Amino acid sequence: MIQVNAMGDACPIPVVKTKNAIRDLGGSGTVETLVDNEIAVQNLTKMANQKGYGVASEQLGEGCFKVTMTVGEGAALPAEGEPTFCAPIPAHEKRVVVAISSDRMGEGSEELGRTLLKGFIYALGQQETLPGTILFYNGGAAMSCEGSPALEDLKSLRARGVEILTCGTCLNYYGLTDKLAVGEVTNMYVIAETLTGADLVVKP
Amino acid sequence: MSEKLFCKGGGCTAKLGAGILSRVLERIPRGEKNENLLIGYDSRDDAAAYRLGEDLAYLQTLDFFPPMVDDPYTFGQIAAANALSDIYAMGGRVCTALNIVCFPEQMDLNILGEIMRGGAEKVMEAGGVLAGGHSIADSDVKYGLSVTGVVHPDKMYPNNAARVGDRLILTKRLGVGILCTANRVGEASPEAMAAAIESMTTLNKGAAECCREFDIHACTDVTGFGFLGHLHEMMDGKHSCRIHAGAVPVFGEALRHADEFLLTAAAQRNRNHLEGYVRFEQIPFAMEEVLFDPQTSGGLLIALSAREAPALEAALQNIGLPARVVGEVLEKTDTEILVSI
Repeated sequence: MIQVNAMGDACPIPVVKTKNAIRDLGGSGTVETLVDNEIAVQNLTKMANQKGYGVASEQLGEGCFKVTMTVGEGAALPAEGEPTFCAPIPAHEKRVVVAISSDRMGEGSEELGRTLLKGFIYALGQQETLPGTILFYNGGAAMSCEGSPALEDLKSLRARGVEILTCGTCLNYYGLTDKLAVGEVTNMYVIAETLTGADLVVKP
Repeated sequence: MSEKLFCKGGGCTAKLGAGILSRVLERIPRGEKNENLLIGYDSRDDAAAYRLGEDLAYLQTLDFFPPMVDDPYTFGQIAAANALSDIYAMGGRVCTALNIVCFPEQMDLNILGEIMRGGAEKVMEAGGVLAGGHSIADSDVKYGLSVTGVVHPDKMYPNNAARVGDRLILTKRLGVGILCTANRVGEASPEAMAAAIESMTTLNKGAAECCREFDIHACTDVTGFGFLGHLHEMMDGKHSCRIHAGAVPVFGEALRHADEFLLTAAAQRNRNHLEGYVRFEQIPFAMEEVLFDPQTSGGLLIALSAREAPALEAALQNIGLPARVVGEVLEKTDTEILVSI
């Protein structure tokens, strides 16, 4: 059992300290966190529920609460490499931008090209390192719109923090302005900035 | 400037929760009703409005808060942009502004100079005049503005007059509260922070100017109560709405930090306050959090007819804003706000 004192700490510090303690457990066990306000109790409870830990809280006195988290076998521990505190961006972490300029991948059969691109976007999500940004322009703009075969994969990438940007001029040109279904609209200024600022541009 | 500001949870995350606030406001004596007070305590609007004549009303607003970024000049810009925003949300024009300053006596006065330089530049950009101010010695730094603007009483944008069938447009990305929080514990990437700062220092002036060409039914700025909190005020117990989460402009990195539970107390207070009004349909946890995230100097949330919405959206995007149509206003149902993919 590990005790964490987060009295006097403003959110998100109680959560950060508790996550570190759970990692230190290295497996199943219990972490008790002391906090001084109800909102911190709620934020800790929210984390426990999302992570599937057991959680109970009690008020010990005026302005003092104890939140007890029980981490079971096989629960999702914060990953070892996962930064939690004051972690600088590792120098080797490249800014990867994927630029998609067509609704298909490669030359040759159009039908095959469409299947390949859908597969490529799916496979992006399976990589150890996700790209920072995926840009869609010209024929690629259709990929982030309603009816795209890659929509679910793109939504999942976005939910995991990948920025998904589609060229507004292109949406307009193809009459897709109100069909965009994932990510944000962007302009040529941002596209140019994103491409020139990237360490690596991937064009499937 | 080597010295940095200490941020212990600033910006609109420092706002008192809407729940406890309304309990206090309900008990404040109002005096006799003044027919020239077009918008006051009774409404939850962005600024007070007082009619001076047939075609002129003045708008009054006040906003100040602790630092949410450690650079004093940037903090000044953001605090001022946030305060000026209320005038834009009412459809008004900025006239004068007064500085409000709390500053520790023993702290380097150059820092205060930088804060006020940032603020003054934003007032000038807004076309206003900085006309004075008031400073107090305090244990923590706080800065903001009281802003006066003018508007034609008939062309004011209320925040609660949306109509069934209206489309809702949001003009800035959500997630700056989470990003600043992540930054405080050293986790936000420099790129994401730079983007958040650019967003927070952007005046809503350009967005407001685009709006003038259209028949705006309702408008508010998204700040401390988060997107859903301000949307709830816009519905005002009269309407429901559906929000398409996929269309809502957000900072992608904020979603990642939300998944790491780098959450503010204010966001949880917003969640508590809105319990029972919002239903999420297959929305990832991180996106829920971003929708509750308190925004500092957030964008405008605008309701206008479905016919005009695409043109306004295009006009806003044309001036470089990440604006999107994010949902529509519906007849009142059991669920006030439905958020779906």
